[in-house]
Amino acid sequence: MRTLQNLFPKEKFPNLLIGMDDGDDAAVYRLNEHLALIFTLDFFTPIVDNPYNFGSIAAANSMSDVYAMGGDVALALNICGFPKDMDPAVIVQILRGGADKVIEAGGILSGGHTINDDEPKYGLAVVGFIHPKKVLAKQGAKPGDVLLLTKPLGVGIITTALKAGRAHADHVREATESMQLLNKQASIILREAGVHAMTDVTGFALIGHSLEIALHSRVLLRFRAGDLPFLPGAADYAEQWLFPGGTADNRQTYERDVRISEDITEETALLLYTPETSGGLLAAVPKNKLGQVRSRFADAGQSVWVVGEVHEGHGIEIIG
Amino acid sequence: MTKTIDARGLSCPQPVIMTRDVIKDAKGGRITVLVDTMTQVYNVSRSAEKLGWTAGHEEKDDQFVITLEK
Repeated sequence: MRTLQNLFPKEKFPNLLIGMDDGDDAAVYRLNEHLALIFTLDFFTPIVDNPYNFGSIAAANSMSDVYAMGGDVALALNICGFPKDMDPAVIVQILRGGADKVIEAGGILSGGHTINDDEPKYGLAVVGFIHPKKVLAKQGAKPGDVLLLTKPLGVGIITTALKAGRAHADHVREATESMQLLNKQASIILREAGVHAMTDVTGFALIGHSLEIALHSRVLLRFRAGDLPFLPGAADYAEQWLFPGGTADNRQTYERDVRISEDITEETALLLYTPETSGGLLAAVPKNKLGQVRSRFADAGQSVWVVGEVHEGHGIEIIG
Repeated sequence: MTKTIDARGLSCPQPVIMTRDVIKDAKGGRITVLVDTMTQVYNVSRSAEKLGWTAGHEEKDDQFVITLEK
């Protein structure tokens, strides 16, 4: 993408609030002084066996970028690739899973496009709206902020274990429920609490996405390993070294800006580099808003974990 | 006796799983694993080292040969 960056400079396109050079997930375009459009897309190959659940996970994941920026979902279009000989009933299930998730988000699914493809693929292109002055980007985290995470980690290694035929059904069920959870409620609560910076945890893993906040905000993000929540099974599969290839890729990309204390096991460290799918929101929130945030999450019946804090400095630190 | 595991063309964690399935049944000896990338070398080697094996590797004609010994 870096090779394309210079083609669309912000100086030339003053209404482009977030573009390629911002390290953010979606594009944000100002329509007028009260309204900006958030535009994002994502799609992937099946990560669970149940087609309805796959559709619903892919849709939740695609819409997550809108929530990570503090916006609301308005419109979505299906992006599909299906093999010619695929059972139409299975396709219907995938599309229904996605459509139900868009309904839950309060958006409208209004069409899409399908091509023939050897391996099934599904996702959404999504349009959301936000006030142009309320866009939550990755800069803005301040020393003293607390770091909150709204879903446990570990779906990446659990779905990898599933693909390898080594995952326990209970672990897959919990991972599936976690991936299906929309980041909508969490986003609303966090933006109302005056969150300083926010992102969602997906392919670049906890460390990669945190580092984007750290670099753009010019601060140090310090996590306490013992406070990081993991789904049941994640530690077992790490012990069996069932890491996907993306784990090592992420580590190679980010490790020069990361300090991990020596009392943390290599398996735990690698879990923090393991790609997540439809992960939770990671937010830097003023400390005095913590009580309000906790009680709002409890009222909404959703979980939130305090996993670290923001300091002056550079990069990511993981302490025991 | 040297046993060879050909994990070329497979992506992680498959080479690790194949290696651990063999290690599980072997009390000791020498095992050779063929893989395509350095990431796979790292994952196979570290997971075997965790189980008490020593690991070394060399690059041959765009592929990697891992030697595990115990």
